[in-house]
Amino acid sequence: MNINQLQDELIEDFSFFEDWMQKYDFIIQFAKELPIIDDQYKVDEYKIKGCQSQVWLKPEQKDGIVYFKADSDALITKGLVSLMIKVLSGHSAEDIAKADLYFIDKIGLKDHLSPTRANGLLSMVKQMKLYAIALSAQNKAAE
Amino acid sequence: MNSFDINRVRNDFPILAREVYGNPLVYLDNGATTQKPQSVIDAIIHYYSEINSNVHRGVHHLSQVSTDAMEAARESVRQFINAKHVHEVIFVKGTTEGINLVAQCFGKLKIKKDDEVIISAMEHHSNIVPWQMHCEQVGAKLRVIPMDERGVLDMDAYKNMLNEKTKIVAITYVSNALGTINPVEEIIAAAHQLDVPVLLDAAQAIQHISVDVQALNVDFLVFSGHKMYGPTGIGILYGKESLLNEMPPYQGGGEMIKEVTFEKTTYNDLPFKFEAGTPHIEGIIVLKAAIDYLTEIGLDNIKKYEDDLLDYGTGLLSAVNGLKIIGTAPEKSSVLSFIVDGVHPYDIGVLLDRMGIAVRTGHHCAEPIMNQFEIPGTVRASLALYNNKEDLDKLIAGLDRALGMLR
Repeated sequence: MNINQLQDELIEDFSFFEDWMQKYDFIIQFAKELPIIDDQYKVDEYKIKGCQSQVWLKPEQKDGIVYFKADSDALITKGLVSLMIKVLSGHSAEDIAKADLYFIDKIGLKDHLSPTRANGLLSMVKQMKLYAIALSAQNKAAE
Repeated sequence: MNSFDINRVRNDFPILAREVYGNPLVYLDNGATTQKPQSVIDAIIHYYSEINSNVHRGVHHLSQVSTDAMEAARESVRQFINAKHVHEVIFVKGTTEGINLVAQCFGKLKIKKDDEVIISAMEHHSNIVPWQMHCEQVGAKLRVIPMDERGVLDMDAYKNMLNEKTKIVAITYVSNALGTINPVEEIIAAAHQLDVPVLLDAAQAIQHISVDVQALNVDFLVFSGHKMYGPTGIGILYGKESLLNEMPPYQGGGEMIKEVTFEKTTYNDLPFKFEAGTPHIEGIIVLKAAIDYLTEIGLDNIKKYEDDLLDYGTGLLSAVNGLKIIGTAPEKSSVLSFIVDGVHPYDIGVLLDRMGIAVRTGHHCAEPIMNQFEIPGTVRASLALYNNKEDLDKLIAGLDRALGMLR
């Protein structure tokens, strides 16, 4: 599935919930299923500091595909992080760089990404994009 | 009001009738800011619809009316804290600006290389950073009174710390993150034995405890209007006349001058020397309405009511499995800070929010405290005079539900 198909799938998943607590329950389950990032990567180099919670993000590129691994000390942030990873991980740098992340707004999570929320999530999305932009520039230069 | 009537008090605060995400609002973030009673909201409308005008400079009628209202507010603050002189009451933006003013102006006057400034381990960032900045600038030393695991200051360590190099002691009256009420009389008396002045950060005290600056014999006292049911953007710096007179001005501009030529400016008298520029006239005038409100109910009635509520909340929280209250000093005011085993405070805060319960999570701008307790932060429920037992029951029910999802 491409990035937009993955986003549409999440939007559909969320449309079944009647209230916010159910949405959070889903996000928390998602968090619990996120493959845990190896402790050796939970260092400052990969840390995105938020005021409320921390996020660690480890990107890598293999055979032209970008993979992200991440973690957070807060469960809800971790759940949101895993939603991002589900959508963005496993695509080419070019696709990630130009992706329009409309699902966040559609499932009502936009306030979690406001700069004042300071949970590290907005910085993470920026970081994922920046990484992809840098890689895709590198890839172009190599062509 | 002779006795404290919680239902009447709640009716004074229109915002308490609103819903958040379909649930009745349970507002427990009063340490961050308090809600406003109708009389304060009315006073804002009255100011802009009837008397808005600049102060201390117009010959016209409205300017006189607003100037009189502003100076009446200063007198009302003087009475509220029982200052000796009305010109010892300086209007500032808030507690943070008040502390910065003292750190810079008193600092310039007295704190030199190798001198020492004493603060405590439970200070808000706003009572750490201004002193740190001045100390770095001149090569002075910041010394920190340690506290124990309950959040009680080590008074022996404090007394040993005082010496001839100590130039000021700057301490919070009530800790915003832990709720500890510090033994300020004892702190002030010990400092005064060596003629060291004391600044009290009363941001978390002024709305809960009756404060008398003359009885305390405190040298500087700072607090914010918005945490005492008044407007944001207005705060008070009280300082003893002799100290304020000695200190150089804070900012230059209009209002703070007597005479200006390009060669030299002579400064105005107190309090105007420290009030450059057009002040927050509306905030100042409306602050009086907040003081009137508090005075009518009576700080002693408020304290008794809030202390009972704090005990009730402490009992409820203590019964929650895996919950640990952070800040268990014997003398406490209005703050219920806690952590739960294996659960991040942020997650609890997010879920409570969706249930209409407003708490604060995080380090509460007091990172050194969190470092001492080796926690990323706490969940903090902070009480005001309009909270009731039902609010705390809902907090516990919300907490049970959140923990059920998170654990």
